[in-house]
Amino acid sequence: MNDKVYKALLLLTALFMPVICGGVVYALVTDAYDAFEHFGFFRFLTSSEWSYTQGAEKYGALPFITGTLMTTLLALIFCIPFSLPVALFVGEYFKGTRLAAVLGTVTDLLAGIPSIIYGLWGFYTLRPIIMALDISPQGSGVLTASLVLAIMIVPYAASLSAEFIKMVPNDLKEGAYSLGATRAEVVKSVIFPVAGSGIFSSYVLAIGRALGETMTVTMLIGNTNNIPDSITSTGNSMASIIANQFGEADDLRLSSLIAIGLVLFMITAVINMAGKMMIKRARI
Amino acid sequence: MGQDKLMLWVICIFAALTAVPLVAILGEVLLRGWDQLSWEFFTEPTPTAYRAMKAIEAGERIPGGIANGIVGTMLMLGMAVAVAVPVGILCGAFLAENGKSRFAQVVSYLTDLLQGTPSVIIGIITYIWVVVPMKGYSAIAGSVALCIMMLPLIVRSTEETLKILPASLKEAGLALGANSARVMLKVQLPAAFGGIFTGVLLAISRVIGETAPLMFTALGCSLVRWSVDKPISAVPLLIWEFFNDPNLQELIWGASLFLLLFVLTLNLTAKYLAKKWNQ
Amino acid sequence: MESVKPILEFKNTCVSYTKQTMAVKYVSAAIGRNTITAIMGPSGCGKSTLLRAVNLMHNLYQNIRVDGEILLNGENILSMEPIDVRRRVGMVFQRPAPFPTMSIYDNVLSGFALNGIKLSKGEKDATVERCLRSVALWDEVRDVLNKKGTFLSGGQQQRLCIARALAMKPDVLLMDEPTSALDPIATKHIEDLLVELQKEVTILIVTHNMGQAMRISSKSMFMYLGELVEYGDTGMMFSNPADERTKAYLTGKMG
Repeated sequence: MNDKVYKALLLLTALFMPVICGGVVYALVTDAYDAFEHFGFFRFLTSSEWSYTQGAEKYGALPFITGTLMTTLLALIFCIPFSLPVALFVGEYFKGTRLAAVLGTVTDLLAGIPSIIYGLWGFYTLRPIIMALDISPQGSGVLTASLVLAIMIVPYAASLSAEFIKMVPNDLKEGAYSLGATRAEVVKSVIFPVAGSGIFSSYVLAIGRALGETMTVTMLIGNTNNIPDSITSTGNSMASIIANQFGEADDLRLSSLIAIGLVLFMITAVINMAGKMMIKRARI
Repeated sequence: MGQDKLMLWVICIFAALTAVPLVAILGEVLLRGWDQLSWEFFTEPTPTAYRAMKAIEAGERIPGGIANGIVGTMLMLGMAVAVAVPVGILCGAFLAENGKSRFAQVVSYLTDLLQGTPSVIIGIITYIWVVVPMKGYSAIAGSVALCIMMLPLIVRSTEETLKILPASLKEAGLALGANSARVMLKVQLPAAFGGIFTGVLLAISRVIGETAPLMFTALGCSLVRWSVDKPISAVPLLIWEFFNDPNLQELIWGASLFLLLFVLTLNLTAKYLAKKWNQ
Repeated sequence: MESVKPILEFKNTCVSYTKQTMAVKYVSAAIGRNTITAIMGPSGCGKSTLLRAVNLMHNLYQNIRVDGEILLNGENILSMEPIDVRRRVGMVFQRPAPFPTMSIYDNVLSGFALNGIKLSKGEKDATVERCLRSVALWDEVRDVLNKKGTFLSGGQQQRLCIARALAMKPDVLLMDEPTSALDPIATKHIEDLLVELQKEVTILIVTHNMGQAMRISSKSMFMYLGELVEYGDTGMMFSNPADERTKAYLTGKMG
């Protein structure tokens, strides 16, 4: 093959990325334009009405933005007590052992399960438990969705955090041990401070995943178009309202759903880019 | 008990607890789905709600299976792989070769951006790009969505594998007077084959269970179909359909078991090959 | 007697990474045909950089520039196509780098395959045997030609890499510390081989090992901080270095 042809071919395929990403933004913006024009950008984001009675259509994104933020935040809170021990287990306490490899495989498999199956499990197993515990009468809601979401993001947060914990230089740890520190003290005063920014960035990326997770939330959040007033009440996230209504929507409602998609895209883009940048900085 | 021991125990217990959902999910899907697996389940298309209702009233097993979904998944996946693999490998090669140029850095950022984009948004985009102009849902639209999701994964794995090859390999090729195209084709890509192959397997296992982007693109269909310009089903779409149809709920678990086993086997194979080839 | 026309000639050759830092400064020297020339000097003196410039390896990296002239048979290679230069100038690297996906047989022929040159089966067999014989590897590998090159020992791998370079019948063979990753016995093998090989090819070898330079080379260059300090007969340089810096290096008072 000619070198010039080859270089041109590489450049051409590399152009796919800007073209796709540019196309995503362009398509979302042009198709969301109707909704923003009709309701006004800020009114759309801050209105909590979602009614599609003909002639009196009113669409606002606030309930779904709230729903997304609530599920994501709760999922993060539930995720930390599991992902941090897993990261320490794999990256420090049992580093390189067979046990760590087993736990690594467990988290790999957890990461591999399709989200629709998480949704099914949440619906048929977790929801009855929530009902039996009398936490909420209908079983579905923000809490149920967040619990399953938490399980889904544990593998991401844990494997990335473990990587940073592994990278803490041995001399630092040995230095602390030689001064008489216990293992718990080494974790607290050497590993966390040194690997801290990396661990933090892995949670930022886990948030990025939770924000856009669709099927699980759609199946578990209860699908009501109001602002959830407590963590046990039902609601909808940005992704779940799109999944629920996109197929049947047209005109203004379709445009409003695409507008929600645009907002979701921007939020995840900012979170993901911030996470990636923090990771790059933490690796140096 | 000292603070040290307490911490060790806490870590071990919580780490062990993360295995609970895995066991619970695998167990439930396996127990409830195993009975449904039969030859017909894989060769028959989905029954209509009416036929299923009749069977339930008569106390019989629901007839039919998920053949339409399997065919749809394979067809769309095949088309997506056919485009995403060559483009992804070449784009990954571009990033590995020109890592420091401003343009490559932009491409690299955009790859991250696309990788982090929620799949439901890829669905919307494909709807706008493909379904609207083609005036209908189709297998092509579904495969475009899957392709866009696979692309960043393949680009990244190719780039990373090429970057960890020793520089001497490329230099040795060039020192023999070859141009960089031939060195890439005959030396670097063959040497990176293991990593790239694993990356492709992982990308397939990642998108094969995707539901949301197919809902607005492939839509679903109860017939076994091979045409690319008509609505088509896929295994995850069928699960979603069964979930929403009270008459078909029994079929959920067989379909889920099939999907789960497929995805996890692919996943484990990829990880195993990666470990084997790294040694 | 030195041949009248040098095969390789540096004329005010400079290599710079940035405008401020020059790795090789105004080197001028003529290399005679069928000689072994050793390039010595402490780490970072520019000896590898100079060697790599002969194969236009700097073209791979955008920020490196080479000035002056490097003449191969009287022709300035800096204005030639890199591909043409590299076919006439072979290179062997510090770490043995046989192509991991190719068999021993294909490794020897990789220069042809990579350049898209088709050979008949007979030509292939003959080339493989000739090249493996000239690196004294034929008897060891004649029965395992279809095994991967990476299956060989380090010393055998390095000889395979030399065979690979020889297959292209280069005028000049550049070697960048080819024995630094090898054990003493394998090193000895390669050294004996190089002395034999100078009948067919002109060798330019960068080495850290003064003993090696003394054992195999007829001419030596001593470089320091990018400058060519001294260039002359190896025996002369070792017994009676003209420059204080050369003397300091050779007596172990430097680098």
